Formats: sequence, C-alpha cells, structure tokens
Amino acid sequence: MGEVIVITSGKGGVGKTTTVANIGTGLAKEGYSVVLVDTDIGLRNLDVVLGLENRIVYDIVDVANGHCRLKQALIRDKRLESLYLLPAAQTKDKTAVTEEQMKELCQKLKEDFDYVIIDCPAGIEQGFKNAIAGADRAVVVTTPEVAAVRDADRVIGLLEAAGLNEPDLIINRLRPDMVKQGNMMDIDDIIDILAVDLLGVVPEDEMIVISTNKGEPAVLDSRSNAGEAYRNIAKRITGEDIPIMLLEANEGIMALFKRLIGRKK
Amino acid sequence: MLELLQRLFGRDEADKSKNVAKERLRLVLVQDRCSISPHILEALKEDMIGVISKYLEIDEKGLEVNFNNEDNCLALVASIPIVRMKRTYNENK
Ligand SMILES: Nc1ncnc2c1ncn2[C@@H]1O[C@H](COP(=O)(O)OP(=O)(O)OP(=O)(O)O)[C@@H](O)[C@H]1O
Ligand SMILES: [Mg+2]
Repeated sequence: MGEVIVITSGKGGVGKTTTVANIGTGLAKEGYSVVLVDTDIGLRNLDVVLGLENRIVYDIVDVANGHCRLKQALIRDKRLESLYLLPAAQTKDKTAVTEEQMKELCQKLKEDFDYVIIDCPAGIEQGFKNAIAGADRAVVVTTPEVAAVRDADRVIGLLEAAGLNEPDLIINRLRPDMVKQGNMMDIDDIIDILAVDLLGVVPEDEMIVISTNKGEPAVLDSRSNAGEAYRNIAKRITGEDIPIMLLEANEGIMALFKRLIGRKK
Repeated sequence: MLELLQRLFGRDEADKSKNVAKERLRLVLVQDRCSISPHILEALKEDMIGVISKYLEIDEKGLEVNFNNEDNCLALVASIPIVRMKRTYNENK
C-alpha cells in the first residue's frame, strides 16, 4: 500500500506544481512507482510542466464521475516508465469533484502506486479541501516572504484541524545572496516561526524556468541547483537521511568571518 | 571593536529588511492564530471566570476579553465588573 502526499501552500504561485513535478520525477527515478494527481481543476498546469499536455484524453472529473476507468485516464510519462499523471479537468470548476470521490480515488491509486502526489490549488476553499481529503501526509511549500509564510501558517492550522498533523515544510526560491545581506528571511527564521519540520530548501534557480519551458523537470538536470535540492527532497521522502543542503558554501568569506566572531544572530 | 566590525561588515541589525519581515510576521501571526479560533477566546473567558470567581464575585455577563494591538504590542485586555469581594478573601484565611 502506497502513501498519499498532498503538496499545498495557501498562497498561489509559490511553487506547488513545480514541486510536485520534480519530487514525482525524482521518486520515479529512484525506482518507485508514482502517480501525480492535478487537482487544480480549471487551471490545469502539471501536464505542461511535465511536457505531457498533448497526450490528455480523459481527466480527473471523468474518472470521478465514472465516464472512464481510472486506468484510461492515467498518462504515462515520456521519460520514466514508473511515472504517471492524472490530469485536472480544464473546463469544469473546483466543485466538479467531491471530497468523498477524492478519498475513494486516492484509496484506489495507493493500491497500485508507491507514491500518490497531489498538486493542490491555491486558496483554502473547496479545491483545497478536496485535495487534502484523501491524503496521508502533507507538505507545505512557502517562499521566504511575509505573505507566503503567513498563508503557510494558516494552511498548517487547517491541515492539523483536518487531522493531517505535523506537515513538513519546503522553502522554495531561497536566495543565498539576499540571505547573506540580511534582506531575506533565512531557514531558521522561518522554521522558528512556523514550528514545523523542514523537508528541504530549494534555491531560486533560472534552470526551473528553462526546464519548465521545455517540459522537463529540473530534477533530471544534474547541473541544476534546484534539481539537486529536489533530488534530495525525494530521497528524504523515502526515508533516507540526507542533510539539508547548506548555503554556507555560497556565502563567501565575509559571512564566514562574521560567523567566526560570533555575530550570527 | 565589535561595533566597528559590524559597521564595516554590515548594516545595523534593525535596518536589515529580514528583521523587519520577521517582526511583522510575528505580529500578524499572533493575530491570525487568535482570529482563526474564536472558541479559544471563549474557552479562555470561561477559565478566567472560574479562577477569578474563587476570589471575587463578578458579573459574568459583563465580562469582556479582547486582544488589543497598539504600539506594535499585542495585549490581552480584560474588563471584569466586580459585584463584591468575597468575605473569606477579606479575612485573609
Ligand atoms: N526555485 C525556483 N526558481 C525559479 N523559479 C521558480 C522556482 N520555483 C518556482 N518557480 C517559478 O514560479 C512560478 C510559479 O510556480 P508554480 O506554478 O510551481 O507555483 P504554484 O504554487 O503551483 O502556483 P499556483 O498557485 O498558481 O498553482 C513558475 O513560473 C515557476 O517556474
Ligand atoms: Mg500550481
């Protein structure tokens, strides 16, 4: 029996879809069977990030309403044969699926896959409730900004109220140079405020834009920093103990000096 | 010496925008976390009534408990009308 993991955030545009595509691809590359479920009905994105937009025939609403069998709607990845996508519907709205249907769907999927990873829509309304309904575990994505962390806090509260206790956190788009200058909150600041466990830190990386243009997740690119971060996150999800990528490496001599004279805080 | 180094190698701590961000977040989250659950405020009220009633006779209906955010400092403000002091308390028993 597999595990259902929902990737959520509250605030829009912080990197949920990017995270789902990369973690999923990373897990499949490690040899696990993975299905990615796009629940952002009306704003289908995951197919494009994975480069599978031309292969869609049926979608999640068709499956939920019994218009097709689950197997018919699953699209196999171009590159990895243990990776599948269940696309969102583009022309319906978020109420086209119910929480009950989502639970049933997740239950079925985890019988066949090691990991079921759910891409949650932004917001905390019905789409969010549907996305988390069948999850065993939640991962919250944030960026190092006041509004994103605030919304993450709200979402963590809602997840816990729904019984998804102790969600893990991914901090996306961190810029070590700005952290160094004191112009961006760093990992400790955010973890301190949200009081959750850290699953990983993904740096700001233009390779994400390039790989999204091509429809090839950055996790497959050995030169991408963000890809490296996602490879580590995928391994941590499977239980491997990989230390968080430290940013000191890029911090330079000045920061090192400050650290030496004990001026860290 | 340290101050000099600080001036050489960085701005004052308070100037850094990340510290401004942290402080704003801290304040907004205290409010968010309270406003998410009015039932917590209700539970707090009830417990307060319980504790205070051991010592004073109070007008439970007139009791008001609120969060007050002034001068960047969040405070719990309670207004508790007292009906009378309890004798046992006066006697210092
Ligand atoms: N680490 C990163 N470095 C650079 N760009 C990034 C990074 N992560 C995400 N992005 C970019 O940010 C944008 C938003 O990302 P994404 O679509 O994954 O967010 P989302 O949370 O799924 O958004 P929505 O709430 O709309 O579903 C995309 O253009 C993506 O390429
Ligand atoms: Mg998205």
